[in-house]
Amino acid sequence: MKPVNQKAWFLVLPVLVLVAISAVIPLMMVVNFSVQEKASNGQFFWMGAKWYETVLHDEKFWGALFRSLSFSAIILIIQVPLGVFIALNMPRKGWGVPTCLVLMALPLLIPWYVVGMIWQMFGRVDIGLMGVMLKDLGYNYVGDPVDAWGTLIVMDVWHWTSLVALLSYAGLVSIPDAYYQAARIDGASKWAVFRYIQLPKLGRVLTIAILLRFMDSFMIFAEPFRVTGGDPAFLSIELEQKSEELGWASAMSIIFFLIILAISWVFYAVMTREDAEPAKPEGAL
Amino acid sequence: MARIDLAKIRHAYGPNPKSEADFALRLVNQAFEDGGAYALLGPSGCGKTSLLNIISGLVTPTQGRVRFDGEDVTDLPTEKRNIAQVFQFPVIYDAMTVRENLAFPLRNRGVKPAEANRRVNDVLEMIDLKGIADRKARGLTADVKQKISLARGLVRSDVNAILFDEPLTVIDPQMKWRLRAQLRELHKRFGYTMLYVTHDQTEALTFASKVVVMYEGEIVQIGSPEDLFERPSHTFVGYFIGSPGMNTIPTALDGASLRLGDYSVPLPAAPRLRGEPKLEMGVRPEYVRVRANGIPASILRVEDAGRFRIVRMLMQGHAITAILPEGQEIPADPHVGFDPKGVHLYADSWRIDVGAGAAP
Repeated sequence: MKPVNQKAWFLVLPVLVLVAISAVIPLMMVVNFSVQEKASNGQFFWMGAKWYETVLHDEKFWGALFRSLSFSAIILIIQVPLGVFIALNMPRKGWGVPTCLVLMALPLLIPWYVVGMIWQMFGRVDIGLMGVMLKDLGYNYVGDPVDAWGTLIVMDVWHWTSLVALLSYAGLVSIPDAYYQAARIDGASKWAVFRYIQLPKLGRVLTIAILLRFMDSFMIFAEPFRVTGGDPAFLSIELEQKSEELGWASAMSIIFFLIILAISWVFYAVMTREDAEPAKPEGAL
Repeated sequence: MARIDLAKIRHAYGPNPKSEADFALRLVNQAFEDGGAYALLGPSGCGKTSLLNIISGLVTPTQGRVRFDGEDVTDLPTEKRNIAQVFQFPVIYDAMTVRENLAFPLRNRGVKPAEANRRVNDVLEMIDLKGIADRKARGLTADVKQKISLARGLVRSDVNAILFDEPLTVIDPQMKWRLRAQLRELHKRFGYTMLYVTHDQTEALTFASKVVVMYEGEIVQIGSPEDLFERPSHTFVGYFIGSPGMNTIPTALDGASLRLGDYSVPLPAAPRLRGEPKLEMGVRPEYVRVRANGIPASILRVEDAGRFRIVRMLMQGHAITAILPEGQEIPADPHVGFDPKGVHLYADSWRIDVGAGAAP
């Protein structure tokens, strides 16, 4: 028998330390605060699940959660098909490829807060291009919640659709030519090629795109904060407004975190369920 | 099934080909008989895949016409040509079951479900896939996937030809033999016109009744495996077919014999040559004798290949290889001799027929 020793653990140690410092310890501190109350004299008291109960009984929390979920859902419904559609129509060779890639990548390079500023100015009815245009078209763009929603969605689509498109493009480019040739020999229509070759092959990159876009849009903060000053309130903004109250904010953070974790896990599990099928033994040959 | 005619096919991938070197296919005139099993054999980049894609319509030739049974199909798109093609890497539709994969080309062509179902069942039976018909196609092994690719071609009634583009590249060695045997069996039973591209001579020689050898965008010889071995019409064929390949030794003509340094090798008749071509003598190692008299040679190396030995020698300043049957000894003072029926003369790499095979 080979001698067994535990030296290999030393090789994993640096990673464990890094993860502990960057993720586990901060998270545990939040957990810690979420079950305590800080008194005025600086002492902490055990509160149990009290903060969680407070959060879960707060109507504003549920309103914000509903708005955040709706926002993410709308964003995904628009951005994923649009991104795939753009990727399908991007050039595959020639000078168009680098041009297209650079143009698509530009919005991704702009910081969130700046995007908010750009669109806030864009929408101003006195000097903003969009605001003035909408006014001239007879639409009264005043900044009511409907306008705010519309602006935020258009803004996010403008900012992030290219991410989905670029990921899908990478996925499409990696499909070997033989698949398209075989499809021609099989007499497949353009739709059949998309449905049975491109879409299945895009499965993995779309999983990543959807997860990234979900998490990011669910946590959106800077843009709505900049554009609307915090109304409609998304979960992140609700959280920001409670940041004075340590226990409350901590409990809400944990709930927020668990929601993202749970939804991401469900997405992941659903989208990769086919890959997970165990390879059965071969049949008759 | 159909007879396939290629008339004056030339193809260049870039626009505006100027020199001969720009052509992936320089000039191909070839007829593939209805129901024949052909192998297209040649090294990488010789144009064999281009030729296949021109037949299936995936590539449109720069010049020349393609005819199926006399009907010009050069301008027809792939899906109208009724061709089956199996590629190097198996192409299957992951999301579908094996049965759905087979039904796919029929569905695309609007075949009625009942009819499609019947044909799919026939083909599943024919190539032994019945047992896994309702499994998802993903996760199957490469050889089964390759059979599915083939089966998608077979379900269409009356395919004009089945084209194979190095289909066994990713298959395990033991499976290769089984698949090849099944292909031959299919050919025998149903008489498909089959074209099989490969760079592996064993594969070509065991699969096909006619082997088409290609070199630098041209067909250099078409023949039975025996023709290619006994009468290679181009030095490339001699080199490419056989292991080790044919010896080619620069020579000069002296009436009805070939000069090799201070010695000469008789030919059955004096060949007539036009101009002053570069002359070479070609002789396969199987026809080189190592004995006590003849042209003196020095042994460089002897390799044991199991049932025979490969003797590498230097003769009159030229390397020459002989195959020594089992049990035969190398004489102490080795000389080289040639079996007359294995001696060929090449002028500018092409074989000159001097009736060598007819000599006693």
